[in-house]
Amino acid sequence: MTRINVTVDGVKYSDEVEPRTLLVHYLRETLGKVGTVVGCDTSNCGACTVHLDGRSVKSCNVLAVQADGHEVTTIEGIGSGGELHPMQKAFHENHALQCGFCTPGMIMQAIDLLKDNPDPSEHEIREGLEGNLCRCTGYHNIVKAVAAAAKAGE
Amino acid sequence: MTAVEDRPATEIGTRRLRKEDQRLITGRTRWTDNITLPGMVHLAMVRSPHAHATITGIDTSAAAQAANVIAVYTAADFPEGLGVCANAWPITPEQVTPDHLPMVGDRVACAGEIVAVVVARSAAEAQDAAELVDVDFEELPAVLDAMEAMKDEVLAHPSKGTNKSAFWQLDSAAAGTGGNVEEAIAAARADGILIERSYRQQRLIPAFMEPRSTVVDPTGEQVTMWTSTQIPHILRFLIAATTGMSESKIRVIAPDVGGGFGGKLQTTPEEFITLAVARRLGKPAKYTETRSESLLSGHHGRDQYQKLTLAATKDGTVTGLKVELVANLGAYIAIVGGGVPVLGAWMFNAIYKFPAYQFNCQTVLTNTTWVDAYRGAGRPEATYAIERLMDELAAEVGVDPLTIREKNWIRHDEFPFTSVAGMTYDSGNYEAATARAKELFGYDELRAEQARRRASGDPVQLGIGVSTFTEMCGLAPSRVLGSLSYGAGGWEHASIRMLPTGKVEVVTGTSPHGQGHETAWSQIVADRLGVPFEDVEVLHGDTQIAYKGLDTYGSRSLVVGAEAVVRAADKIIDKAKVFAAHLLEASADDLEWGAGRFHVKGTDKGVGITEVALATFASHNYPEGVEPGIDADATFDPDTFSFPHGTHLCAMEVDTETGQSRMRSYVCVDDIGHIINPLIVEGQVHGGLVQGIAQALWEDAIFDDNGTLVTGSFVDYTLPSAADTISFVTENTTSPSTTNTLGTKGVGEAGTIASTPAVVNAIVDALRPHGVHDIQMPCTPQRVWRALQSARSTHPGSTDEGSLQ
Ligand code: FES
Ligand code: FES
Repeated sequence: MTRINVTVDGVKYSDEVEPRTLLVHYLRETLGKVGTVVGCDTSNCGACTVHLDGRSVKSCNVLAVQADGHEVTTIEGIGSGGELHPMQKAFHENHALQCGFCTPGMIMQAIDLLKDNPDPSEHEIREGLEGNLCRCTGYHNIVKAVAAAAKAGE
Repeated sequence: MTAVEDRPATEIGTRRLRKEDQRLITGRTRWTDNITLPGMVHLAMVRSPHAHATITGIDTSAAAQAANVIAVYTAADFPEGLGVCANAWPITPEQVTPDHLPMVGDRVACAGEIVAVVVARSAAEAQDAAELVDVDFEELPAVLDAMEAMKDEVLAHPSKGTNKSAFWQLDSAAAGTGGNVEEAIAAARADGILIERSYRQQRLIPAFMEPRSTVVDPTGEQVTMWTSTQIPHILRFLIAATTGMSESKIRVIAPDVGGGFGGKLQTTPEEFITLAVARRLGKPAKYTETRSESLLSGHHGRDQYQKLTLAATKDGTVTGLKVELVANLGAYIAIVGGGVPVLGAWMFNAIYKFPAYQFNCQTVLTNTTWVDAYRGAGRPEATYAIERLMDELAAEVGVDPLTIREKNWIRHDEFPFTSVAGMTYDSGNYEAATARAKELFGYDELRAEQARRRASGDPVQLGIGVSTFTEMCGLAPSRVLGSLSYGAGGWEHASIRMLPTGKVEVVTGTSPHGQGHETAWSQIVADRLGVPFEDVEVLHGDTQIAYKGLDTYGSRSLVVGAEAVVRAADKIIDKAKVFAAHLLEASADDLEWGAGRFHVKGTDKGVGITEVALATFASHNYPEGVEPGIDADATFDPDTFSFPHGTHLCAMEVDTETGQSRMRSYVCVDDIGHIINPLIVEGQVHGGLVQGIAQALWEDAIFDDNGTLVTGSFVDYTLPSAADTISFVTENTTSPSTTNTLGTKGVGEAGTIASTPAVVNAIVDALRPHGVHDIQMPCTPQRVWRALQSARSTHPGSTDEGSLQ
């Protein structure tokens, strides 16, 4: 067991974890942050995407110990003061989700995408979301939502 | 009543943003795997790596001693059985149906079958210990391919003596719905056009994004099961029917469910095993599959060989269609596994006026993952075949693919139309949908560009793919299902409760998992009862709350389920009218109903339905001889199916040097009857399109010669990403269905059904001048390239490379 100190969604935690524990399992099972989900076992689906020090990572691909001393933001921590994050709003307004399973990861990735490129073309949005799979929406409205969020942020 | 005045004149037809979204976008979703209960144990399954093997011994001792392992069970530990994964639709009385037990003790018939279960304090510990279970297998020869299975040389279940499960036929001459197909074929052979083709529907995996998960709490008087299923009601019934548990002691809850597409229309071994373990230990138990387990052991879809013979006169008028299918069921017949290919029986003839028709379906057992419904279920397979054939016929006659379709389709003034398969299509307008699609697509311009590229020998050719599909939705009239030996009915139930504070609770027997029923049902009820959208709460997916229902699949929820909601609402209005008359001291005959209020004709006196609800709650003053309450429920059983249709047009650019293809544009105009929420409809169409396009271009579940699933992870089973797809143009034309009050037809599967042939037709259209007339799906660059090479090395017009031999 290794002790880690990590800030998740603005709250400081200190826990003993097994060295092999994945960040996503630490979030879900130890902290009860079940907003972040697991969709695969090969780091392909992106459902588990969170931000580590502000950059998106697949939390199934990061060990909990690697988050020691760092700051993690999940889908549960992006809104502020009861307000939705603009990307959450954009997903809602553009019907960019159906079952919603891919949504937390998709939103976290989309936020990171706009951070890199505040005014992306459709092509750039599509490339930027390549690591996140959605089986419901056909991506059409997800792409639209990200473009809308970019426009709103201008 | 201000809220009422603020709301749109009608909710139906407006682009209401979904009620469901708030929890989904903020991570407050209730997935089954999120549930943690006191003392909960975790399960890991030990699965067969072999496709077919005898189990000669299982040593669980090392696993049992591993850290925090509570128990290890094999089938022998459950002499009373664990229930049965039932087949609810034996397609013939003689159907050969192997028993499908959740856990096997003597022989495995496919890879992934469960032979033991490890129970531990954590999922990780259970998974580690599962590795320590030592199973001795003696491998048996396995049969994997449906055509191989037909030979009966290697048997999937040796004790059955054959792999052939059932043969099912529909013959229009015998049924009296049309002529003799053999005569039509003979006539065409003598003096007409005969198109004979073989197509392959590759095997697909539904690949819903939420892996399946089950939590069982046995600690109360009732056993509660949370599970990621499309069918909580059917599951409860089948648990009771196959385990002997009292139905009233089982509560099944489908909390938020992350997609299904038919893939969660099943009663699974994992559900039965989790239930048995929880009951055995008296502790809550959870099992969540890994993605690899999901891809291997969740049921698969499609997997058909199709042999088709289309007869026509020389001018391209169709005269007959003969369909011969061999459908791979996998190792066991899933809940509706045998019936899925049979659903095609009414769809191969599609929108065309075939005078003679015969449908033959042979189902076979193999040592592969079981096969069952996947979005469209039987209808995409049929639509693919007929829409590919119509293109072939057009090529043979030398006319545009749309011309040949128009020549043969049912004209809008011919509805209602009884098809050669005996189905009565209530409404449709293929001309209107096609005209609009052509306009949006820029059909003529793209044809002109195609001609230019052909003339200039452009290495990148342009292909235009057409698919004018129909489907049957709204499963299903109970009597029809009964005549097909289906094990259940097809009705749907709803109840509506008028709460004293003016809020309305709608309980539906459908079980949404992404479709947005909460929003759409609220719109319907808001209009019907004249209450604000926000005041309607839709409850579902819990057998204790929605005690009666037949769940969500087959594009049935709106057409059947929402019609039950409408009828319950109408009953409430009827009941409330009696109270309103009493409160207003008027005769019920003098009351007018509108916008949520009863008015006394010719006066300004009136009372709102929510006021009536409050009055019945108090019940201080109500008429003699009626019960004090206006809540109502309704069960709706449709008389017939509904028949959405549409015209889909796809432009593909195909690089004749590399075989790479790229989608340039995709336009679809679907006629799905009246639309409740255009936003939701568009979403359904987009998602459906990509699933259908993925069949055409990318997805393929492949087993190696040993029966190991090669495409057993998302590395190899290639779901499209955003980078692989484009934005679509979707529109609607409307010819209302006459089979339900709202005039709706269903939209859940349309995109998937229509798009696959549109894409393949486009690729073939691009390459036809190069002598290519078929490419087997998925049309990978390699297959396209090979088809071109083969066509070049022989001569134009005669390639079979890349197509089914
Ligand atoms: S769970 Fe699929 S990428 Fe992390
Ligand atoms: S909304 Fe269901 S997987 Fe994306």
